[in-house]
Amino acid sequence: MDLFSKRKYLIIGLFSLVSLIIVIRLFYIQVIDSSYKISAASNVLRREINYPARGVIYDRNGKLLVFNQAAYDVLITPRELKSFDTLSFCHLVGVDKSELINEINKAKSYSRFKPSPIIKQLSSQMYAVLQEQLFKYPGFFIQARTLRQYPSKIAAHVLGYVGEVDQKIIDGNPYYENGDYIGRSGIEKIYEEQLRGVKGISYKMVDVHQIVKGSFENGRLDTAAVIGKNLVSTLNADLQSYGERLLSGKVGSIVAIEPSTGEILVLASSPTFDPGLFVGRERSKNFAKLLNDPYKPMLNRAVTSSYPPGSTFKLANALIGLQYGILQTVRFSCAGKGSSPIKCTHSHESPLPLISAIRESCNSFFWQAFKSEINHFAKPADGLVSFRKSLLEMGIGKKIGGDLFSETSGSIPSVAYYNKYYGAGGWNALTIRSLSIGQGEMLVTPLQLSNMVALIANRGYYISPHLVRGIQENNIALDSLHFEKHIVSAGAANYEMIVDGMEQVVENGTGRTTAKLDSLTVCGKTGTIQNPHGEAHSAFVAFAPKINPKIAIAVYIENGVWGAKYAAPIASLIIEKYLKGKIAPRRQHFEDAMINSDLISTMKIEHGD
Amino acid sequence: MKKSNSIWFNLDWITVLLYLILVFLGWINIYAAVYSDEHQSILDIGQKYGKQLIWIVAGIFLAIMVLTIDSRFFTAFAYHIYGITILLLVAVLFIGKEVNGAKAWFEFGGIALQPAELAKFATNLALAKCISQFEFKIQKLRSYIILIVIILVPALLIILQNDTGSALVFAVFVFVFFREGMNGMVLFWGFSAAALFILSLLLDQFDLTIFLLIISLAAFGVLRQSVKEPLIGFGVLAGTFIAIWGIDNVAGLGGTPMQLIIVTTAINALLLIAYGIFRHVAEVWRIILFFIFAVCISVSVNYFYSNVMEPHQRDRIDQVLGRKVDKLGKGYNVNQSKIAIGSGGIIGKGFLKGTQTKYNFVPEQSTDFIFCTVGEEWGFVGATTVVGLFLLLLIRLVTVAERQRSQFSRIYGYGVACILFFHIAINVSMTIGLAPVIGIPLPFFSYGGSSLWAFTILLFIFLRLDASRTKNLR
Repeated sequence: MDLFSKRKYLIIGLFSLVSLIIVIRLFYIQVIDSSYKISAASNVLRREINYPARGVIYDRNGKLLVFNQAAYDVLITPRELKSFDTLSFCHLVGVDKSELINEINKAKSYSRFKPSPIIKQLSSQMYAVLQEQLFKYPGFFIQARTLRQYPSKIAAHVLGYVGEVDQKIIDGNPYYENGDYIGRSGIEKIYEEQLRGVKGISYKMVDVHQIVKGSFENGRLDTAAVIGKNLVSTLNADLQSYGERLLSGKVGSIVAIEPSTGEILVLASSPTFDPGLFVGRERSKNFAKLLNDPYKPMLNRAVTSSYPPGSTFKLANALIGLQYGILQTVRFSCAGKGSSPIKCTHSHESPLPLISAIRESCNSFFWQAFKSEINHFAKPADGLVSFRKSLLEMGIGKKIGGDLFSETSGSIPSVAYYNKYYGAGGWNALTIRSLSIGQGEMLVTPLQLSNMVALIANRGYYISPHLVRGIQENNIALDSLHFEKHIVSAGAANYEMIVDGMEQVVENGTGRTTAKLDSLTVCGKTGTIQNPHGEAHSAFVAFAPKINPKIAIAVYIENGVWGAKYAAPIASLIIEKYLKGKIAPRRQHFEDAMINSDLISTMKIEHGD
Repeated sequence: MKKSNSIWFNLDWITVLLYLILVFLGWINIYAAVYSDEHQSILDIGQKYGKQLIWIVAGIFLAIMVLTIDSRFFTAFAYHIYGITILLLVAVLFIGKEVNGAKAWFEFGGIALQPAELAKFATNLALAKCISQFEFKIQKLRSYIILIVIILVPALLIILQNDTGSALVFAVFVFVFFREGMNGMVLFWGFSAAALFILSLLLDQFDLTIFLLIISLAAFGVLRQSVKEPLIGFGVLAGTFIAIWGIDNVAGLGGTPMQLIIVTTAINALLLIAYGIFRHVAEVWRIILFFIFAVCISVSVNYFYSNVMEPHQRDRIDQVLGRKVDKLGKGYNVNQSKIAIGSGGIIGKGFLKGTQTKYNFVPEQSTDFIFCTVGEEWGFVGATTVVGLFLLLLIRLVTVAERQRSQFSRIYGYGVACILFFHIAINVSMTIGLAPVIGIPLPFFSYGGSSLWAFTILLFIFLRLDASRTKNLR
């Protein structure tokens, strides 16, 4: 009856075909392709991070060095923004309009649905004002953060600073994510894990407007935030502050160690800076300024810079000779054939035994001692190998710190080093003679110098110098930290000879005018380091008291003319302050002179150092 | 007995049952889509699902009313109904209420009425009346012009309301004309060329390749006058793909879906060639040529698009095709919709357990994007079931249309099937990114009284006509 009734099959076929295509497509996006499931999870779940307060840092006497202060970030969710009075907003938060618009555009290009910070580290005052007005600005909200605060603005190098993580850190450690803070230097970096605590993460179900609808799986995946642990530093805040004042106007550093424990009492590097400069909204400006300062205030000279030790090295040289058993009774003349080519710079009785040679800082004596030490072995190379090994044992020319940031090893030239210059067998004790008086190719850090003195003060051991003595949780001390004890056996009597020599230096020798204290035996050694680029460097190492020493110290002042001029007064003032509590009136002028002296403004800037 | 003349006896209960199932599924999915802890009662008339229940009950009353009308009323007044609808479409332009940028609504005391919805069955009635006239010969040019005018008048008025989506529905009547004797080849080639062109731009190569494979199989079936062969072919094709997908997964080769489908195609081409040689089936070569030719066209369309066209021309096409991939801007809806459906997996997250739709990530989730809730909460199984139910309904409608003694009833029946088909296909396709976002509802599912009533009336007029199928209505 109907010509075209077969066409119903084509129409049914069309319906079926389209249905089939839809079903195949559904199969593809629902069964094969898993990416939609991942997108769905990130759509609905919001990870909320609860930042724990970072641990605070105390000095050894419980004085606060670093604590936290509340600050506020302003965030926006671009999708929820409505047009607003930009001018009055800018006025509220103190940014200019172009900067604000720039930040908003940045946030938009990041995500229209996720919040991004547009103004960081708003002060509490600004926050208080903004919070009242916030209802006028839909899409804006505020997130609290903590910032580091430094009550006494000291020990910038020791404490270090905290900064936002960069991509490299995020890639390297799954704990961190965009916007997190991390210790970038100093104690903040070394003890990052203890200080930061553990951030808490909670998963919230949210709708498209980011409004929380409840916790996810009843909080099964949530983790609680763990507050950061507090640290007790080994520093003595008062002494540190005093040391920094004494260093003002000079380029140099002070390291003071409690010999029996290896605890660092003072670690000062000059020029320094206010650690608070790295906090707050001026941070990057300040950072750039410090980075471009020709005196490199961010460089921690006490542990990072290495210098020739000069005459302070004679103590180590003597100790090696005593270990070999060749300096106990010997006398060397500072005139005649044996002394050539190093003659004495000043006149004194001759020939001298070791103790007197230390007092007189007799270059000739220590050159001849060195020659004997090198020639104690069949070949000069073997002599140097043994000499160098002994120094490394004493903690000279290697990293010794227990928890120090940016520590360098310094360097003691090796056999290979001289072979490269002179060829194997092409050199002998004479060729490398400047090592005997701590000049030439040898470089040590001020830290290593003070540790060397601590070793002598302890008569045979040192403990890795360190900056943190304890970790607290909720003000309850956790088990204290242990640092390695290094024994350098050379015989107690031999150490006493060096100690006696050092006592002589302060009583009657090069340190007698500047370092001698009333009713307290200070043992020290000066150093004046030849500097081809300008004035000689000034160094002084000491410990006190002689019996049962409480402090070992090294002071190194660049271009400080000679050892007793700056380094010895500074070291002795710190010892006096630490052990006696105040400066004797007759020595007050040293303190004034040190605090008021200014070497920097007259100094030529060395480049490429 | 009078029983054989009773409406209730002659009513096609299969269609009624399918209608009720779909309306019910729509309702519980609206409940799931807007469900929140605060409003748990499904009968809460303050919520959309509560209101939808009212629309459903009212819709059933409407259906019963339609069934009590004498079937001759529809043939007698087809043109009048059409005329009144056209007047309403004009009136709404002047006194209508604007909703979402479309000036398409009359509002009478809280009840909104959309004349565009009425236009669908009114136009269908008018077309049925026109074509079923004794003197009407569809192959004549004059006849085509009359039919095009009947379609274009309401379509253009609806475009003027700024509701292009609803206007596009009227294109679907060409299938009705085709059934009634329009020259098939014109339709076929015109449609294929246009479809291939659009699909080349719209689909990625993966979807397009699958599409072409299926088309080729279907064409093979047509050429061979066989249903069995393309079915076997499809089985082999799907089997090969699943096998290769399985091997790829087990061996961890990490092949992209495109690579998998290329391998599948190559294997099946070899099988088909072998079949052609051993069984002396000449059509094999034509189909392979057709497939290669279609692939070449699709590749060259893409080349033309990206290398020859100016950027602003491309933009225009992208906008028309909804191809601009801007996940947070215009493409946001589709992307969120695909995420919702895709995250459903095989069996779904369970009733009321959907997170994407419930937390408002999908816009228009209870109206145009209601299928997302199905896909998310009931998964592939549920979504396929719904698509299957719709297909059953369409096939049933065609079957019922074919048993009509009266041409009027048959034409109207095909019109109902085609209108429903267009809505279902486009609505579901847009939620899964197969079609551009055209704001048209999913029949019986989408929230809203106006569209539910319009589809109900559309369907039940046909059921009323079918109930008196023994009469010859003109």
